[in-house]
Amino acid sequence: MVLNESDSRLIAAIQDGLPLSARPWAEVGERIGMDEGEVIRRVKALQEQGYIKRFGLVVRHHELGYNANAMVVWDVPDERVAEVGEALGRQRCVTLCYQRPRRLPHWPYNLFCMIHGKDRQRVLDYIDQVTEELGLQEIPREVLFSGRRFKQRGAKYR
Amino acid sequence: MDDIDRQIINRLQGGFPICEHPYREAAAELGIREEELIRRLQKLLDDGLLSRFGPMYHAEKLGGGLSLCAMAIPEERFDQVAEQVNAFPEVAHNYARDHKLNMWFVLATETPERIDEVLAEIEAATGYKVYNMPKQEEFYVGLRFEL
Repeated sequence: MVLNESDSRLIAAIQDGLPLSARPWAEVGERIGMDEGEVIRRVKALQEQGYIKRFGLVVRHHELGYNANAMVVWDVPDERVAEVGEALGRQRCVTLCYQRPRRLPHWPYNLFCMIHGKDRQRVLDYIDQVTEELGLQEIPREVLFSGRRFKQRGAKYR
Repeated sequence: MDDIDRQIINRLQGGFPICEHPYREAAAELGIREEELIRRLQKLLDDGLLSRFGPMYHAEKLGGGLSLCAMAIPEERFDQVAEQVNAFPEVAHNYARDHKLNMWFVLATETPERIDEVLAEIEAATGYKVYNMPKQEEFYVGLRFEL
């Protein structure tokens, strides 16, 4: 599916949120000159094609008490990255897991996962537990907790 | 926040029906009335517990550039450099982390080519190197919070 101009208008129209009203898609359609049925069809298509990864509620995790936010980074041998990444991604408290490039000599880590929790010590205990369960004790790793947050906004689409 | 709010948050992070009466449908699954769901969502938004209720887009598929970047900034210069970095509209969020690489931010640009340009601009403005670490492989992107 190639996006056309109507799709782009729709993407921009709902990026800040869906109207909280009984017929939200009719309201969106009114704004961009499209009927409700057409809006619904296009949004479904955007979702099926993966342009919309997920539709729903996006929380502010700090405000919900998730203040112990750890980026756990691992220096995994290249041939094991996929296996370890998938295993970590299946863990309950892991919220994101990506492979990224090393930046030697300053940064030897190639696998990043985020673990969000409410308490630092419990997050650290959890990381130890996962490390042991998955047999990753020999893989060099570091835990970087976040400190101050300076800025938070989503990307903008026009 | 009560049990119903918690249920709303847990359920609706995972998805939302796309249909003519989506709130009615979602409310029925939660065992509440449509008006109550709408009222509670509005309150959660007003109280700042939700950043939004809507789509999470796939930035790269929409033609944008996205990367995680890090910098090593001496403590005494940190606030000043943070201000310079955050002044770039492409910087989506920025966290201090406890490491030699102590500033971590996400860049979201309109085109993939803009990533390198913005990084060069940030290096020029601050005088510090930026380590660019774009995603190479995605193993999990749940990013859900159970309450």
